Formats: sequence, structure tokens, C-alpha cells
Amino acid sequence: MENFTPISALAGGALIGLSVTVFLLFNGRIAGVSGILNGVFFAAKNDRLWRWLFLLGLVLGAWLFNMGLPDFNVPRQNYPLPLLIIGGFLVGFGARLANGCISGHGVCGLANLSARSLVATGAFMLSGMLTVYVIRHVLELAA
Amino acid sequence: MKTNIIALLSGIIFGIGLSLSQMINPNKVLNFLDITGDRFDPSLIFVMVGALSVAMVSFKWIRKLSVPLFGQHFQLAKNTIIDKPLIIGGVIFGIGWGMTGYCPGPVVAGLGLFSLESVIVIAAICVGFFAYNALFERNH
Repeated sequence: MENFTPISALAGGALIGLSVTVFLLFNGRIAGVSGILNGVFFAAKNDRLWRWLFLLGLVLGAWLFNMGLPDFNVPRQNYPLPLLIIGGFLVGFGARLANGCISGHGVCGLANLSARSLVATGAFMLSGMLTVYVIRHVLELAA
Repeated sequence: MKTNIIALLSGIIFGIGLSLSQMINPNKVLNFLDITGDRFDPSLIFVMVGALSVAMVSFKWIRKLSVPLFGQHFQLAKNTIIDKPLIIGGVIFGIGWGMTGYCPGPVVAGLGLFSLESVIVIAAICVGFFAYNALFERNH
């Protein structure tokens, strides 16, 4: 476990907690990224600008962090393209069907003590773990 | 205007949090999900613990307010029923998460690292959104 980073994980998690706190306290909304991204296409026209700004903020935050610590997170390369395309499709479709993703259910929903979000988060984790087991250790599609 | 600035600010803090916690790194996510592998990395449980220890306390206090500080009303999920779409959607999402190592927040933040994978996966996620809408929300 040479890559185990509990301190930076806790601190980064606390910042995510701060972000969803600020968003709920001031704007009264749940910071669920799949719902925000989906609304860019499907929400009412006057309900779209803040969505673009939140998404822009996500990109800017990562960009700023990378300016300060350029080698902390390096983009992955040479990962199988079919896994990215099919997997991305399933992430989008599944997030709509479950009405949320890790941020909406796993952080905001659990913080709100929602039983639905607990079930959703459990399903994300168990299904994700089983999928990685199959891909890495059964089919050996990715290293 | 004020709510737009908050949206941008919340996004920036979220993006920094995803970077510091390295949830933005898809291989780290896959190593977390790989519980039987020799590269298993439990760090991401600590991301959840960090986020929830802040948000559980703050949400408890925010729920006591009748209105948010800038908006007109709170917009929280009203559905409390644990139904088939929730579970099936959760399983489908998990399969995609395990195939890629990306969920929606980190993959958008990845654009800030000029990650080509982010562009591909975001496009695929959006196709998933449109497929869902075509199947289930025809009357829109």
C-alpha cells in the first residue's frame, strides 16, 4: 500500500464537504455534478448559467491546483478506448436512472441521512468493485 | 448574480478538493475499487469520511433555516422511495465507474489537467444522458 494517502484524502474530502456546504447554505441546492451537468442540456433556459459556472469552477479549481503542484496528478494515457466510451455511457445513463452520482448521493444525500442515497452509494461501490475485479483479474482488459 | 458567484466558488473549492484527495486520478479510484488486488488503496474511504464529517454537521444546521441565504427556497430531493430505477441505475453507474475510474465530478475537473480522457468520457456521459431522456422523458 505504498500509495496510501490518508491525510491528503481527508483534507481533500473536507474541502468537498465545504463546497457542498457553501452551495446548500447560500443557493439552497444540492451540489450533485451529474444533475448539474444534465441540466446544462435539459433544464429551463434561465436555469443554466449557474450550472456552467459551477462546472467551470470545477475545471478552474483543478487547473489552479495543478499550477501549484504540477506533478501531484498526472493525466492517464493509453487506457483502452472502448472501456472509456462504454463506461462513460453507463455512468451517464446510470446516474440519470438513479437520479444522482457520488457527489449527489454519496456526499450530499448521505450527509442528509437519506436512505435512498445510502442504497445508491452501496450499489455504486459494490457494482464498481465487482466490475474492477472482472476487468482486472478475470478478463485482464486493463492493467 | 450572487448565486452565480457562489456556483463558481463552490465549483472551484470542489475542484481543489478532488485534486488534493487525488479522486481526480482514475487509477487511484480503480485501485480503491480493486479490493482483492495487491495495489488496493483505501484512501478514497478517507475522502468520504472527510467530506461527510464536514457536510453531516453543516447540513444539520442548514436544515434549521427556512430559506437559503441567497436563494428563494431549498431544492432538495423529495423522493424517499427505494425503487428499482434507483438500484438498477446504481448498478449501471457502478459498472461504468469500474470500467473507467471516473465519476462525473472528477471527469469534469480532469479538463483542468488537459486530460484527453476527460473529453472522451464527458462526451460519452452526455450521450448516456440523451439516451435516458429519449427513453424515459419523451414528453419533454
